[in-house]
Amino acid sequence: MSILVYINSNGNKIAKNSFEAVTYAKKLGDVTAVTNGKADNAILADLGKYGASKVLVDRSFDGTDEQQITRMVATAAEKVGAETVVFSDDLVGKAVAPRLSVKMNAGLISSATGVPQGDGTVPVNVFSGKAFAFVKANTSKKIISLLPNSIPVEEVGGSASIEEFNGNAGDTRVRVKGINRPEGDIPLPEAELVVSAGRGLKGPENWGMIEDLAKALGAATACSRPVADADWRPHHEHVGQTGVAIRPNLYIAIGISGAIQHLAGVNGSKTIVVINTDKEAPFFKAADYGVVGDAFEVVPKLVEAVKKFKASN
Amino acid sequence: MKVLVCISKAPDTTTKIAFTNGDTKFDENGVKYIVNPYDEWYALVKGLELVEANGGTVTTITVGNTEDEATIRKALAVGADDAIRINAVAEDAGQVAAEIAKVAKEGNYDIILVGKETIDYNGSQVGAMIAEHLDLPFVSLGESLKLNGNTATLEKEAIGGVETVEVDLPFVVSCAKGMAEQRIPNMRGIMAARTKPLKVVEPSVNSTQTTFVKYALPAPKSAVKLIDPNNMDELVQLLHNEAKVI
Ligand SMILES: Cc1cc2nc3c(=O)[nH]c(=O)nc-3n(C[C@H](O)[C@H](O)[C@H](O)COP(=O)(O)OP(=O)(O)OC[C@H]3O[C@@H](n4cnc5c(N)ncnc54)[C@H](O)[C@@H]3O)c2cc1C
Repeated sequence: MSILVYINSNGNKIAKNSFEAVTYAKKLGDVTAVTNGKADNAILADLGKYGASKVLVDRSFDGTDEQQITRMVATAAEKVGAETVVFSDDLVGKAVAPRLSVKMNAGLISSATGVPQGDGTVPVNVFSGKAFAFVKANTSKKIISLLPNSIPVEEVGGSASIEEFNGNAGDTRVRVKGINRPEGDIPLPEAELVVSAGRGLKGPENWGMIEDLAKALGAATACSRPVADADWRPHHEHVGQTGVAIRPNLYIAIGISGAIQHLAGVNGSKTIVVINTDKEAPFFKAADYGVVGDAFEVVPKLVEAVKKFKASN
Repeated sequence: MKVLVCISKAPDTTTKIAFTNGDTKFDENGVKYIVNPYDEWYALVKGLELVEANGGTVTTITVGNTEDEATIRKALAVGADDAIRINAVAEDAGQVAAEIAKVAKEGNYDIILVGKETIDYNGSQVGAMIAEHLDLPFVSLGESLKLNGNTATLEKEAIGGVETVEVDLPFVVSCAKGMAEQRIPNMRGIMAARTKPLKVVEPSVNSTQTTFVKYALPAPKSAVKLIDPNNMDELVQLLHNEAKVI
């Protein structure tokens, strides 16, 4: 079976969730990757490690305009006779996969968390992570969009061959005027480790210890909604139902009560650590490890413990 | 200007999730339906703000049966001028988008707003699909929108930050937090909503591309392991040796 996987290689960088998408596609058939922009061949050839035999690259346009990408992926799907197109369910995938579904008349299965079962259904996340559904595409061509951090990446191959092609991307009608992306920070949706804090921290002046912990771990920082609403922290750090939904390997929640709307955006995390003074805080029900204690005493101790561990490992 | 806002119902956020018929159907027993928060708070209110500043009308559109009329009236109470209901049970995003696009095409709207996702199926699919059907540009996860004549400037969520984009009318936008401030309907709005026009049109596409075959609940979580607040070395060891995350 021929499988096409879309890769966002913007900024000459491939995110881990793209490697996950290639790993996933490899479990379904022979994988061709497709991308646009200026990424170096050496970086693209790396997709071979995870099972792509070939990378089609359209060098005629840069950026993430979903209409151009839709046209390019459709052209590539036609060229390789793809039965299934795989996306990572990230911000770009979320905007492109539905467009492509209409263009190719291919059923779209989004928020996938695993490979197709024996009956052809694919497990997906529904009800903000509170349940799964098993979904089947009724069309001959299918599109699957894989939630980040749903499957581990696997190295199975070597180097992919690179082929430049014309994806007939056409014009863009969405003009990008600028991007405000804090330099040096780990983008939250891609982070494997996240340190997050809530109103229990009392004020923005107390975030130093949160940043220390994140730095010691190599983690991204996040916050609850009231913290972002009060402008203690930037809005893109707000996680939960109305904010960013994340699925890191480790989520450390400090001084956050664990309201259902907060959990909706973080309950896909593999391991959850909760630090809270209130032993009745609802978050403890969702946690793997809990520390009942005052953040102002516990967090500095945790920072020291992490530093000690890192120094000896 | 003519603004179209897509409105869907959703179970209240605190709904307990359960399934019936051998786990093939969502158990609606005792479920309270609300207007999907992203549709109401952000898409609809932004639509109202645009019309308040530039003149015109806000129409809501919903794919649903007569039971959905209660949520449609709520959206009218917030301030929309009129509503369209496409008389079909919504079964998948592909069907919903195709039905809406068909009606929207005839209406020649300047801006079509959708919420960023519904809080039940979390698909985030309908807006981009409508845009493709109508060959319009689509801006996803808009956090602000300013209109200057025929051109809109939007801020939207980007990986790890915020992107500013410019697009000419007409276009489709999905709305996230920040797009507008929630408005609470007042008594006058609720009374007025009762008499606002709600037009019912029959579906014309009648096809789905996917089927939700069955559902499952996640395995129950094992109890939390409590760690002595004075022993953070133990927590670090557990995260390394047991959870294997650091
Ligand atoms: C429709 C809707 C959508 C929402 N979306 C979101 C969302 O996306 N994300 C989100 O986060 N919220 C969201 N909320 C809000 C949510 O319901 C909660 O109000 C919010 O998550 C609470 O934030 P918090 O836990 O930081 O603050 P609080 O509820 O004030 O809890 C603070 C916690 O800190 C603990 N604490 C206090 N002092 C200390 C200390 N010294 N050390 C340790 N612990 C301490 C307290 O015991 C308490 O548990 C939404 C609400 C609605 C209605």
